[in-house]
Amino acid sequence: MPSPSRSLQARGSALASPAEQVRILDSEMGLARFDETITGAGLEPLRATGIEVLQINVGKRCNQTCRHCHVDAGPDRLEEMSRETAESCIAALARSDIPTVDITGGAPELNPSFRYLVEESGRLGRRVMDRCNLSVLLLPAQSDLAAFLARHGVVVIASLPSVVPSQTDAQRGGGVFAKSIEALKRLNAAGYGKEGTGLVLDLVTNPVGAFLPPAQKVQEAHFKDRLFREHGIVFNSLHTITNMPISRFLEFLLESGNYEGYMRRLVEAFNPAAVSGVMCRYTISVGWDGRLYDCDFNQMLDLPLAYGAPGHVRGFGALDLRTHRIRTGNHCYGCTAGAGSSCGGATTEIR
Amino acid sequence: MDTYYHPKDLAHFSGMGKGNPGLWDKFMAYYGAVFAEGALTEREKALIALAVAHAVQCPYCIDACTQACLEKGSNLEEMTEAVHVTCAIRGGASLVHGVQMRNVATKISM
Repeated sequence: MPSPSRSLQARGSALASPAEQVRILDSEMGLARFDETITGAGLEPLRATGIEVLQINVGKRCNQTCRHCHVDAGPDRLEEMSRETAESCIAALARSDIPTVDITGGAPELNPSFRYLVEESGRLGRRVMDRCNLSVLLLPAQSDLAAFLARHGVVVIASLPSVVPSQTDAQRGGGVFAKSIEALKRLNAAGYGKEGTGLVLDLVTNPVGAFLPPAQKVQEAHFKDRLFREHGIVFNSLHTITNMPISRFLEFLLESGNYEGYMRRLVEAFNPAAVSGVMCRYTISVGWDGRLYDCDFNQMLDLPLAYGAPGHVRGFGALDLRTHRIRTGNHCYGCTAGAGSSCGGATTEIR
Repeated sequence: MDTYYHPKDLAHFSGMGKGNPGLWDKFMAYYGAVFAEGALTEREKALIALAVAHAVQCPYCIDACTQACLEKGSNLEEMTEAVHVTCAIRGGASLVHGVQMRNVATKISM
Protein backbone atom coordinates (compact mmCIF):
# COMPACT_ATOMS: atom_id res chain seq x y z
CA MET A 1 0.00 0.00 0.00
CA PRO A 2 1.66 3.29 -1.05
CA SER A 3 2.12 6.05 1.49
CA PRO A 4 -0.44 8.85 0.94
CA SER A 5 1.23 12.10 0.03
CA ARG A 6 -1.84 14.20 0.79
CA SER A 7 -4.23 14.53 3.72
CA LEU A 8 -7.60 12.78 3.84
CA GLN A 9 -9.19 16.19 3.47
CA ALA A 10 -7.23 17.06 0.31
CA ARG A 11 -8.12 13.67 -1.18
CA GLY A 12 -11.82 14.23 -0.44
CA SER A 13 -11.97 11.08 1.69
CA ALA A 14 -15.11 10.41 3.72
CA LEU A 15 -12.78 9.73 6.67
CA ALA A 16 -11.84 13.42 6.73
CA SER A 17 -15.13 13.87 8.56
CA PRO A 18 -14.94 13.36 12.35
CA ALA A 19 -18.61 12.31 12.31
CA GLU A 20 -17.83 9.51 9.85
CA GLN A 21 -14.96 8.31 12.03
CA VAL A 22 -17.22 8.27 15.10
CA ARG A 23 -19.87 6.38 13.12
CA ILE A 24 -17.34 3.66 12.24
CA LEU A 25 -16.04 3.49 15.81
CA ASP A 26 -19.60 3.17 17.11
CA SER A 27 -20.61 0.45 14.63
CA GLU A 28 -21.54 -2.94 16.09
CA MET A 29 -18.77 -5.56 16.02
CA GLY A 30 -19.82 -7.71 18.95
CA LEU A 31 -17.27 -5.94 21.17
CA ALA A 32 -18.04 -4.26 24.50
CA ARG A 33 -18.45 -0.50 24.22
CA PHE A 34 -15.83 1.52 26.13
CA ASP A 35 -18.40 3.07 28.43
CA GLU A 36 -19.72 -0.40 29.34
CA THR A 37 -16.19 -1.61 29.99
CA ILE A 38 -15.25 1.20 32.37
CA THR A 39 -18.63 0.86 34.11
CA GLY A 40 -17.88 -2.84 34.58
CA ALA A 41 -14.47 -1.94 36.00
CA GLY A 42 -16.07 0.53 38.44
CA LEU A 43 -14.33 3.50 36.80
CA GLU A 44 -17.37 5.34 35.40
CA PRO A 45 -17.69 8.30 35.13
CA LEU A 46 -14.13 9.16 34.26
CA ARG A 47 -13.13 12.46 35.87
CA ALA A 48 -10.10 14.75 35.80
CA THR A 49 -7.75 14.57 38.76
CA GLY A 50 -6.39 18.13 38.40
CA ILE A 51 -5.02 19.90 35.36
CA GLU A 52 -1.24 19.66 35.10
CA VAL A 53 -0.83 20.17 31.34
CA LEU A 54 -2.22 22.75 28.94
CA GLN A 55 -1.78 21.10 25.57
CA ILE A 56 -2.01 23.60 22.74
CA ASN A 57 -2.53 22.25 19.23
CA VAL A 58 -1.49 25.17 17.04
CA GLY A 59 -2.75 23.69 13.79
CA LYS A 60 -2.70 21.02 11.14
CA ARG A 61 0.11 22.33 8.96
CA CYS A 62 3.04 19.93 8.72
CA ASN A 63 5.98 19.27 6.40
CA GLN A 64 5.28 15.50 6.58
CA THR A 65 2.25 13.31 5.79
CA CYS A 66 2.67 10.33 8.12
CA ARG A 67 0.44 7.32 7.51
CA HIS A 68 -0.69 7.00 11.13
CA CYS A 69 -1.34 10.72 11.78
CA HIS A 70 -4.39 11.19 14.01
CA VAL A 71 -4.53 14.89 13.09
CA ASP A 72 -4.67 14.36 9.31
CA ALA A 73 -1.91 16.95 9.18
CA GLY A 74 0.19 17.75 6.14
CA PRO A 75 1.58 20.44 3.86
CA ASP A 76 -1.87 20.87 2.30
CA ARG A 77 -3.58 21.74 5.61
CA LEU A 78 -3.92 25.46 6.27
CA GLU A 79 -5.74 25.55 9.63
CA GLU A 80 -3.51 27.25 12.18
CA MET A 81 -3.88 29.11 15.45
CA SER A 82 -4.07 32.90 15.09
CA ARG A 83 -1.99 35.29 17.17
CA GLU A 84 -5.20 36.40 18.93
CA THR A 85 -6.00 32.82 20.03
CA ALA A 86 -2.38 32.27 21.07
CA GLU A 87 -2.68 35.39 23.26
CA SER A 88 -5.88 33.94 24.76
CA CYS A 89 -3.94 30.77 25.61
CA ILE A 90 -1.27 32.77 27.41
CA ALA A 91 -3.93 34.80 29.23
CA ALA A 92 -5.61 31.55 30.34
CA LEU A 93 -2.26 30.20 31.47
CA ALA A 94 -1.62 33.36 33.49
CA ARG A 95 -5.00 32.91 35.25
CA SER A 96 -4.05 29.37 36.27
CA ASP A 97 -1.26 27.53 38.05
CA ILE A 98 -0.92 24.83 35.37
CA PRO A 99 2.79 23.94 35.45
CA THR A 100 3.32 22.56 31.93
CA VAL A 101 2.54 23.78 28.42
CA ASP A 102 2.67 21.09 25.73
CA ILE A 103 2.74 22.52 22.18
CA THR A 104 1.73 20.21 19.37
CA GLY A 105 0.36 20.22 15.81
CA GLY A 106 0.95 19.45 12.84
CA ALA A 107 4.51 20.63 13.06
CA PRO A 108 3.97 23.28 15.75
CA GLU A 109 7.19 25.10 14.93
CA LEU A 110 5.70 26.16 11.57
CA ASN A 111 3.05 28.31 13.27
CA PRO A 112 4.13 31.99 13.36
CA SER A 113 2.99 32.16 17.02
CA PHE A 114 5.04 29.13 18.16
CA ARG A 115 7.97 31.18 19.43
CA TYR A 116 5.60 33.67 21.10
CA LEU A 117 3.94 30.79 22.99
CA VAL A 118 7.32 29.41 24.08
CA GLU A 119 8.64 32.78 25.22
CA GLU A 120 5.49 33.86 27.08
CA SER A 121 4.97 30.48 28.76
CA GLY A 122 8.59 30.62 29.89
CA ARG A 123 8.08 34.16 31.18
CA LEU A 124 5.22 32.81 33.32
CA GLY A 125 7.62 30.21 34.72
CA ARG A 126 5.96 27.23 33.08
CA ARG A 127 7.72 24.16 31.69
CA VAL A 128 7.33 24.05 27.90
CA MET A 129 7.27 20.92 25.72
CA ASP A 130 7.56 20.86 21.92
CA ARG A 131 6.20 17.79 20.06
CA CYS A 132 8.66 17.81 17.21
CA ASN A 133 8.70 15.72 14.02
CA LEU A 134 12.51 16.23 13.77
CA SER A 135 12.64 16.86 10.00
CA VAL A 136 11.29 20.39 10.63
CA LEU A 137 14.72 21.23 12.09
CA LEU A 138 16.25 20.79 8.62
CA LEU A 139 14.01 23.33 6.89
CA PRO A 140 16.06 26.38 5.84
CA ALA A 141 13.68 28.76 7.66
CA GLN A 142 14.17 26.77 10.89
CA SER A 143 17.98 26.70 10.89
CA ASP A 144 18.05 28.43 14.30
CA LEU A 145 15.31 26.24 15.83
CA ALA A 146 17.58 23.95 17.90
CA ALA A 147 19.35 26.99 19.39
CA PHE A 148 16.01 28.70 20.11
CA LEU A 149 14.63 25.63 21.88
CA ALA A 150 17.84 25.21 23.89
CA ARG A 151 17.91 28.88 24.88
CA HIS A 152 14.41 28.55 26.35
CA GLY A 153 15.01 25.15 27.94
CA VAL A 154 12.13 23.64 25.97
CA VAL A 155 11.64 19.90 26.50
CA VAL A 156 11.76 18.28 23.04
CA ILE A 157 9.50 15.27 22.48
CA ALA A 158 10.57 13.90 19.11
CA SER A 159 8.94 11.22 16.98
CA LEU A 160 11.01 8.25 15.86
CA PRO A 161 9.00 5.05 15.44
CA SER A 162 11.90 2.72 14.75
CA VAL A 163 15.68 2.47 14.68
CA VAL A 164 15.29 0.53 11.40
CA PRO A 165 15.30 3.03 8.48
CA SER A 166 12.74 1.15 6.34
CA GLN A 167 10.29 0.95 9.29
CA THR A 168 10.47 4.67 10.06
CA ASP A 169 10.15 5.56 6.38
CA ALA A 170 7.16 3.20 5.98
CA GLN A 171 5.26 5.17 8.62
CA ARG A 172 6.55 8.71 8.14
CA GLY A 173 7.54 8.92 4.47
CA GLY A 174 10.56 8.15 2.30
CA GLY A 175 13.83 9.62 3.56
CA VAL A 176 12.43 10.65 6.94
CA PHE A 177 14.70 8.32 8.93
CA ALA A 178 17.85 9.92 7.50
CA LYS A 179 16.46 13.41 8.18
CA SER A 180 15.48 12.40 11.71
CA ILE A 181 19.00 11.17 12.44
CA GLU A 182 20.48 14.43 11.14
CA ALA A 183 18.02 16.42 13.30
CA LEU A 184 18.81 14.37 16.39
CA LYS A 185 22.51 15.06 15.84
CA ARG A 186 21.75 18.80 15.69
CA LEU A 187 19.78 18.58 18.94
CA ASN A 188 22.62 16.66 20.60
CA ALA A 189 25.06 19.31 19.34
CA ALA A 190 22.86 21.97 21.01
CA GLY A 191 23.18 20.02 24.28
CA TYR A 192 19.93 18.07 24.14
CA GLY A 193 19.95 14.63 25.77
CA LYS A 194 23.39 15.22 27.25
CA GLU A 195 24.15 14.84 30.91
CA GLY A 196 24.58 18.07 32.85
CA THR A 197 22.91 20.37 30.31
CA GLY A 198 19.37 20.06 31.72
CA LEU A 199 18.10 19.96 28.14
CA VAL A 200 15.65 17.07 27.83
CA LEU A 201 15.25 15.12 24.60
CA ASP A 202 12.66 12.36 24.76
CA LEU A 203 11.68 10.14 21.85
CA VAL A 204 8.23 8.81 20.97
CA THR A 205 7.64 5.52 19.16
CA ASN A 206 4.34 4.37 17.67
CA PRO A 207 4.07 0.82 16.29
CA VAL A 208 4.57 0.63 12.54
CA GLY A 209 1.35 -1.33 12.04
CA ALA A 210 -1.75 -2.78 13.66
CA PHE A 211 -0.28 -4.05 16.92
CA LEU A 212 0.43 -2.79 20.44
CA PRO A 213 3.73 -1.17 21.39
CA PRO A 214 6.42 -3.18 23.22
CA ALA A 215 7.33 -2.69 26.89
CA GLN A 216 8.60 0.87 27.23
CA LYS A 217 11.73 0.23 29.32
CA VAL A 218 12.84 -2.69 27.15
CA GLN A 219 12.38 -0.71 23.96
CA GLU A 220 14.12 2.33 25.47
CA ALA A 221 17.23 0.24 26.16
CA HIS A 222 17.11 -1.11 22.59
CA PHE A 223 16.79 2.41 21.08
CA LYS A 224 19.58 3.79 23.29
CA ASP A 225 21.91 0.97 22.28
CA ARG A 226 21.23 1.14 18.53
CA LEU A 227 21.13 4.95 18.20
CA PHE A 228 24.38 5.39 20.12
CA ARG A 229 26.21 2.47 18.50
CA GLU A 230 25.16 3.27 14.94
CA HIS A 231 24.81 7.07 15.00
CA GLY A 232 26.42 8.37 18.22
CA ILE A 233 23.01 9.78 19.30
CA VAL A 234 21.90 10.11 22.93
CA PHE A 235 18.48 10.89 24.41
CA ASN A 236 16.77 10.85 27.80
CA SER A 237 13.64 8.66 27.70
CA LEU A 238 11.51 6.77 25.21
CA HIS A 239 7.70 7.01 25.29
CA THR A 240 5.72 4.16 23.69
CA ILE A 241 2.37 5.32 22.30
CA THR A 242 -0.42 3.13 20.91
CA ASN A 243 -1.80 4.10 17.50
CA MET A 244 -5.28 5.56 17.89
CA PRO A 245 -7.86 4.04 15.48
CA ILE A 246 -8.86 7.41 14.01
CA SER A 247 -8.05 9.56 10.97
CA ARG A 248 -5.24 8.27 8.74
CA PHE A 249 -4.46 5.26 10.95
CA LEU A 250 -8.15 4.35 10.71
CA GLU A 251 -7.80 4.61 6.92
CA PHE A 252 -4.82 2.21 7.05
CA LEU A 253 -6.77 -0.22 9.27
CA LEU A 254 -9.79 -0.23 6.97
CA GLU A 255 -7.84 -0.47 3.70
CA SER A 256 -5.55 -3.24 4.97
CA GLY A 257 -8.42 -5.30 6.44
CA ASN A 258 -7.04 -4.88 9.96
CA TYR A 259 -9.75 -2.73 11.54
CA GLU A 260 -11.78 -5.43 13.27
CA GLY A 261 -8.71 -7.37 14.43
CA TYR A 262 -7.07 -4.23 15.81
CA MET A 263 -10.19 -3.13 17.69
CA ARG A 264 -10.54 -6.64 19.12
CA ARG A 265 -6.88 -6.53 20.22
CA LEU A 266 -7.43 -3.17 21.98
CA VAL A 267 -10.62 -4.35 23.71
CA GLU A 268 -9.13 -7.66 24.83
CA ALA A 269 -6.05 -5.85 26.16
CA PHE A 270 -8.13 -3.31 28.17
CA ASN A 271 -6.24 -2.71 31.40
CA PRO A 272 -8.14 -1.00 34.25
CA ALA A 273 -4.79 -0.09 35.83
CA ALA A 274 -3.92 1.94 32.72
CA VAL A 275 -6.96 4.20 33.17
CA SER A 276 -5.60 6.12 36.14
CA GLY A 277 -2.70 7.60 34.14
CA VAL A 278 -4.41 8.51 30.87
CA MET A 279 -3.66 12.05 29.79
CA CYS A 280 -7.26 13.29 29.73
CA ARG A 281 -7.26 13.10 33.53
CA TYR A 282 -4.57 15.78 33.87
CA THR A 283 -4.65 17.63 30.53
CA ILE A 284 -6.76 20.24 28.82
CA SER A 285 -6.37 20.33 25.07
CA VAL A 286 -6.82 23.58 23.11
CA GLY A 287 -7.62 23.42 19.39
CA TRP A 288 -6.19 25.75 16.74
CA ASP A 289 -9.43 27.77 16.93
CA GLY A 290 -9.34 28.00 20.76
CA ARG A 291 -11.96 25.36 21.49
CA LEU A 292 -11.36 23.10 24.49
CA TYR A 293 -11.19 19.29 24.63
CA ASP A 294 -10.24 16.52 27.06
CA CYS A 295 -7.44 15.36 24.78
CA ASP A 296 -5.93 15.75 21.31
CA PHE A 297 -7.85 12.66 20.10
CA ASN A 298 -11.22 14.04 21.17
CA GLN A 299 -10.18 17.23 19.42
CA MET A 300 -9.69 15.40 16.13
CA LEU A 301 -13.05 13.63 16.54
CA ASP A 302 -14.72 16.99 17.17
CA LEU A 303 -15.82 15.99 20.69
CA PRO A 304 -15.35 19.18 22.74
CA LEU A 305 -15.51 19.39 26.55
CA ALA A 306 -19.00 18.53 27.72
CA TYR A 307 -21.00 18.32 30.94
CA GLY A 308 -21.06 22.10 31.49
CA ALA A 309 -17.33 22.76 31.09
CA PRO A 310 -16.24 25.90 29.21
CA GLY A 311 -16.07 25.59 25.44
CA HIS A 312 -13.35 28.08 24.53
CA VAL A 313 -9.97 29.06 25.94
CA ARG A 314 -11.29 32.62 26.44
CA GLY A 315 -13.64 31.20 29.09
CA PHE A 316 -11.02 29.00 30.66
CA GLY A 317 -10.56 29.00 34.42
CA ALA A 318 -8.49 26.18 35.85
CA LEU A 319 -10.72 25.77 38.87
CA ASP A 320 -13.65 24.94 36.57
CA LEU A 321 -11.86 21.93 35.24
CA ARG A 322 -10.04 20.25 38.11
CA THR A 323 -12.56 17.44 38.53
CA HIS A 324 -14.64 17.80 35.39
CA ARG A 325 -16.19 14.78 33.74
CA ILE A 326 -14.34 13.44 30.71
CA ARG A 327 -16.01 12.67 27.41
CA THR A 328 -15.23 9.11 26.31
CA GLY A 329 -15.88 6.85 23.32
CA ASN A 330 -14.69 3.60 21.77
CA HIS A 331 -11.47 5.26 20.60
CA CYS A 332 -10.49 5.47 24.30
CA TYR A 333 -9.52 1.79 24.12
CA GLY A 334 -6.42 3.11 22.33
CA CYS A 335 -5.17 4.74 25.54
CA THR A 336 -6.20 1.95 27.94
CA ALA A 337 -4.93 -1.20 26.20
CA GLY A 338 -1.93 -3.13 27.50
CA ALA A 339 0.49 -0.94 29.42
CA GLY A 340 -1.66 2.10 28.60
CA SER A 341 -0.78 5.00 26.36
CA SER A 342 -0.60 8.73 26.80
CA CYS A 343 1.40 11.66 25.51
CA GLY A 344 3.95 10.69 28.17
CA GLY A 345 4.05 7.09 26.97
CA ALA A 346 2.92 3.96 28.82
CA THR A 347 0.68 4.86 31.76
CA THR A 348 1.52 1.85 33.94
CA GLU A 349 5.33 1.89 33.73
CA ILE A 350 7.05 3.81 36.49
CA ARG A 351 9.77 6.04 35.11
CA MET B 1 -14.65 -22.48 0.66
CA ASP B 2 -14.60 -24.88 3.59
CA THR B 3 -11.18 -25.62 5.06
CA TYR B 4 -9.76 -27.42 8.09
CA TYR B 5 -8.20 -24.17 9.37
CA HIS B 6 -10.33 -21.08 10.10
CA PRO B 7 -8.45 -17.88 11.15
CA LYS B 8 -11.27 -16.94 13.53
CA ASP B 9 -10.86 -20.24 15.41
CA LEU B 10 -7.80 -18.83 17.17
CA ALA B 11 -10.15 -16.63 19.21
CA HIS B 12 -12.02 -19.79 20.26
CA PHE B 13 -8.93 -21.53 21.65
CA SER B 14 -10.22 -21.12 25.21
CA GLY B 15 -13.16 -23.37 24.23
CA MET B 16 -10.72 -26.27 24.77
CA GLY B 17 -11.12 -25.57 28.50
CA LYS B 18 -14.73 -26.74 28.43
CA GLY B 19 -13.87 -30.43 28.07
CA ASN B 20 -11.52 -30.49 31.04
CA PRO B 21 -11.17 -27.18 32.90
CA GLY B 22 -8.60 -28.56 35.32
CA LEU B 23 -6.14 -29.58 32.63
CA TRP B 24 -6.79 -26.34 30.71
CA ASP B 25 -6.05 -24.23 33.79
CA LYS B 26 -2.83 -26.15 34.42
CA PHE B 27 -1.78 -25.70 30.79
CA MET B 28 -2.51 -21.96 30.84
CA ALA B 29 -0.65 -21.45 34.13
CA TYR B 30 2.33 -23.33 32.71
CA TYR B 31 2.10 -21.43 29.39
CA GLY B 32 2.06 -18.09 31.18
CA ALA B 33 5.04 -19.05 33.34
CA VAL B 34 7.04 -20.24 30.34
CA PHE B 35 6.63 -16.93 28.50
CA ALA B 36 7.26 -14.69 31.52
CA GLU B 37 10.57 -12.82 31.77
CA GLY B 38 13.20 -15.21 33.14
CA ALA B 39 16.77 -16.09 32.20
CA LEU B 40 15.55 -15.26 28.69
CA THR B 41 13.66 -12.05 27.94
CA GLU B 42 10.04 -12.07 26.78
CA ARG B 43 11.27 -10.79 23.42
CA GLU B 44 13.74 -13.67 23.02
CA LYS B 45 11.09 -16.22 24.00
CA ALA B 46 8.66 -14.81 21.45
CA LEU B 47 11.30 -15.20 18.71
CA ILE B 48 11.93 -18.83 19.75
CA ALA B 49 8.16 -19.42 19.70
CA LEU B 50 7.97 -17.93 16.21
CA ALA B 51 10.69 -20.28 14.98
CA VAL B 52 8.97 -23.30 16.57
CA ALA B 53 5.62 -22.23 15.11
CA HIS B 54 7.19 -22.47 11.66
CA ALA B 55 8.74 -25.83 12.48
CA VAL B 56 5.38 -27.30 13.55
CA GLN B 57 3.70 -25.34 10.72
CA CYS B 58 0.77 -24.24 12.87
CA PRO B 59 -1.01 -21.30 11.18
CA TYR B 60 -2.64 -20.22 14.44
CA CYS B 61 0.75 -20.18 16.17
CA ILE B 62 2.32 -18.23 13.29
CA ASP B 63 -0.45 -15.59 13.51
CA ALA B 64 -0.17 -15.28 17.29
CA CYS B 65 3.63 -15.43 17.48
CA THR B 66 4.09 -12.84 14.70
CA GLN B 67 1.88 -10.41 16.61
CA ALA B 68 3.65 -11.26 19.88
CA CYS B 69 7.11 -10.68 18.35
CA LEU B 70 6.09 -7.25 17.03
CA GLU B 71 4.51 -6.32 20.36
CA LYS B 72 7.69 -7.39 22.19
CA GLY B 73 9.72 -5.03 20.00
CA SER B 74 11.22 -7.34 17.38
CA ASN B 75 11.38 -6.20 13.78
CA LEU B 76 10.90 -7.99 10.48
CA GLU B 77 14.65 -8.38 9.99
CA GLU B 78 14.99 -10.28 13.30
CA MET B 79 11.84 -12.34 12.73
CA THR B 80 13.01 -13.36 9.25
CA GLU B 81 16.33 -14.54 10.73
CA ALA B 82 14.36 -16.60 13.28
CA VAL B 83 12.46 -18.33 10.45
CA HIS B 84 15.78 -19.02 8.70
CA VAL B 85 16.94 -20.74 11.88
CA THR B 86 13.89 -23.01 11.58
CA CYS B 87 14.70 -23.62 7.93
CA ALA B 88 18.36 -24.41 8.64
CA ILE B 89 17.54 -26.88 11.39
CA ARG B 90 14.75 -28.57 9.42
CA GLY B 91 16.95 -28.74 6.32
CA GLY B 92 19.90 -29.94 8.36
CA ALA B 93 17.72 -32.57 9.99
CA SER B 94 16.86 -33.96 6.55
CA LEU B 95 20.41 -33.79 5.37
CA VAL B 96 21.87 -35.53 8.42
CA HIS B 97 19.57 -38.49 7.70
CA GLY B 98 21.59 -38.83 4.54
CA VAL B 99 24.18 -40.51 6.73
CA GLN B 100 21.62 -43.29 7.31
CA MET B 101 21.03 -43.46 3.56
CA ARG B 102 24.76 -43.76 2.98
CA ASN B 103 25.11 -46.45 5.67
CA VAL B 104 22.30 -48.54 4.14
CA ALA B 105 23.57 -48.04 0.63
CA THR B 106 27.08 -49.02 1.68
CA LYS B 107 25.82 -52.09 3.48
CA ILE B 108 23.78 -53.49 0.61
CA SER B 109 26.04 -52.44 -2.21
CA MET B 110 28.99 -54.34 -3.59
